[in-house]
Amino acid sequence: MKLQLSAEDAAFREEMRDFFRTKVPQHIRDTVAARRELSKEQIVESVQVMNAAGIAVPNWPVEWGGKDWTPLQRHIWHEEMQLACVPPPLAFNASMVGPVIAAFGSQEVKERFLPKTANLDIWWSQGFSEPDAGSDLASLRTTAVKEGDEYVVNGQKTWTTLGQYGDWIFTLVRTDPEVKKQAGISFLLIDMTSPGVEVRPIELIDGGVEVNEVWFEDVRVPAENLVGEENKGWDYAKFLLGNERVGVAPVGSTKRTLSQAKEVAKTAGPGGTSLLDDPLVAAQFADLENELLALELTALRVVANSADGKPHPASSVLKLRGTELQQAVTELVVDLAGPASLASGAGDGSDIADWARVATPNYLNFRKASIYGGSNEVQRQIIAGTILGLRG
Amino acid sequence: MDFLLDSEQEALRDAVRGLLAKAYDTSETRRAATKKDPGWDEKTWQRLAEMGVLGLPFAEEDGGMGAGPAEVSIVAEEIGRVIAPEPFVEAVVLAGGLVAAAGTAEQRAEIIGALAEGTLVPAFAHTEPGSRYDLAASGVTAAESGDSWTLTGVKEPVLGGERADLLIVSAAVDGGTGLFVVKGDADNLTRTSYTTYDGGRAAHVAFAGTVATPLGAAGADQTEAIAATVARAQIAYGHESLGAMDTALKTTTEYLKTRKQFGVPLMTFQALTFRAADMYVSLELARSTVSWATLVLLDGGDAAQAASRAKLQVSKAGRHIGQEAIQLHGGIGMTAEYSVGHYMSRLTAIDHTLGDGRHHLNQLMANLVDHTVVEPLP
Repeated sequence: MKLQLSAEDAAFREEMRDFFRTKVPQHIRDTVAARRELSKEQIVESVQVMNAAGIAVPNWPVEWGGKDWTPLQRHIWHEEMQLACVPPPLAFNASMVGPVIAAFGSQEVKERFLPKTANLDIWWSQGFSEPDAGSDLASLRTTAVKEGDEYVVNGQKTWTTLGQYGDWIFTLVRTDPEVKKQAGISFLLIDMTSPGVEVRPIELIDGGVEVNEVWFEDVRVPAENLVGEENKGWDYAKFLLGNERVGVAPVGSTKRTLSQAKEVAKTAGPGGTSLLDDPLVAAQFADLENELLALELTALRVVANSADGKPHPASSVLKLRGTELQQAVTELVVDLAGPASLASGAGDGSDIADWARVATPNYLNFRKASIYGGSNEVQRQIIAGTILGLRG
Repeated sequence: MDFLLDSEQEALRDAVRGLLAKAYDTSETRRAATKKDPGWDEKTWQRLAEMGVLGLPFAEEDGGMGAGPAEVSIVAEEIGRVIAPEPFVEAVVLAGGLVAAAGTAEQRAEIIGALAEGTLVPAFAHTEPGSRYDLAASGVTAAESGDSWTLTGVKEPVLGGERADLLIVSAAVDGGTGLFVVKGDADNLTRTSYTTYDGGRAAHVAFAGTVATPLGAAGADQTEAIAATVARAQIAYGHESLGAMDTALKTTTEYLKTRKQFGVPLMTFQALTFRAADMYVSLELARSTVSWATLVLLDGGDAAQAASRAKLQVSKAGRHIGQEAIQLHGGIGMTAEYSVGHYMSRLTAIDHTLGDGRHHLNQLMANLVDHTVVEPLP
């Protein structure tokens, strides 16, 4: 048992800290710090800066640009990035489709897609959820019927985040309707410029448009765009969703948001006084800091003690608790802003501070966190069933 | 950074677990032990001494084993796992720890040697009626006359106060709080013992000009030694709670698997299994913070802050897990015959010893503006 990082890991942390604070353009980091929406160009630029340094997809196999890092080093990479206000690489590319192609794709598919996926030359969208297939993903109904050397795809996907920027979409489609629902699903890559693909925006409660419906009407997809084997898509999806849970507890960014909140609270009281003098507010800060510490330490336990490659049982806690705390901090910021939080639509000429204007849209937006990536109820189901052995 | 035990530490854990599993094979054996004075089993205490457990954290030249916070944490967790009533944290970590921190070489050799052998059980007499969690003493005062010291005032509740062969007493001295040693059979000392709801014993201890020996330098302010030792004991209590919470959760999940209602096992009902999942989340988060606090002790970091963080997390987790363990059991969980209620009682007692969650939250609030973020690693 010991607290200190090894000399090697401490040096690694310094290297990452230095990189993220000096090599990623300031305008990108400022946008993240202000909790404002990043443009597509900013997200691409940030990934390409990282990819040029060889650290955009460390979780991939080394031959495709990955790094032979320990789980702890990967954790440090991810935390330092967030603390430096650097947006993490686009999850659809780096954490979802990339690892699936690297693990299950043919050599040809790998060569065709992986370099461009790492560099965000292709912007991937996710085509999993459907109107009638949310947490019960396997009941999806979008069909892909083989005709010669093509699949003909019909159906509708939804909740496609940033689909408006998408070049390609990785989908789960039903290729065999006759068998058990999990056994008839395939993993298919579709060019979003194909005739018959239509992206329709969905406005969310924060007024933003970050998710979309994607409709497929007789879309013809070359059979070579299938990843792995036909009807094995559910296995690949489970592999992907397992990866999704790992990076889904954003400890560093929540920590950063909480510390920013503490800073603004110092002058957010009446007449510029400190709200931290209000014991109820101070108690909330102290409690949230302690809860976040517990979460971060749990993440550290998981990465420090999972050398054998098996997921640490406590990892299921991370998504559940990580999103709860993410939400709790966004809620606190709204309370700190008070009536100023109503000025969400204010532009130039407003006297309300920017942090107060974005507080409520952020709070509303982050209600999504406990729903995506396997809803928190799904996480509880996993904990109860897999860890505690409580199977109904 | 590493949270894992090495092979010697694993061997210690297995040995203590084996010993305590035998001593407290059912909750009925524990209940029987707590029914008669002193509220714990002298034979088990002797076996712990033979295993070297009672001397673990002390220097070898003082008669100890030369181990440290990691080994203490292992024993405390095993104590909690079966809620063994033996006063490991109270006598070894706290009272013994004060002797190690403040005592003269002679006092250390005499008291710690005997404590490690199991022949002397000390207790820390500190809490006073109305003092809550104050680290300073005010109700018991020390007076010097000639070359001897006397104590006057009341300490209560003093955990294990009547059984103690030796009391380590905090008392107001000029310029702070001093520590004194009082023999259990001293003149002008009255100890009135009673039971505590977790099966333990506490006492009203009255000093009426009781002759006492200063622990360490005569009349010196020992606030620092008290604070440092209390932090160690708070963290050790955190580990004891982890063991207790772990068992409470295991007992509850086992019950959900086996107990049938409406013709099906209780685990059929998602309203129950989700609550068990939340108990697991509380336990793992508390485990992370408490284990980290021990790493901070090993690293020589800010022990008081780490102890407050651990105690706050454990206070919340202990209440959550204790309350839910009983609720998910239903009526059987309310009975003295069944185990989980005793786990909740013990968790509640630990919570209110050396600072509950609210007290420690207050400590952390006072330091809120000292840092921008809480960094777990140095």
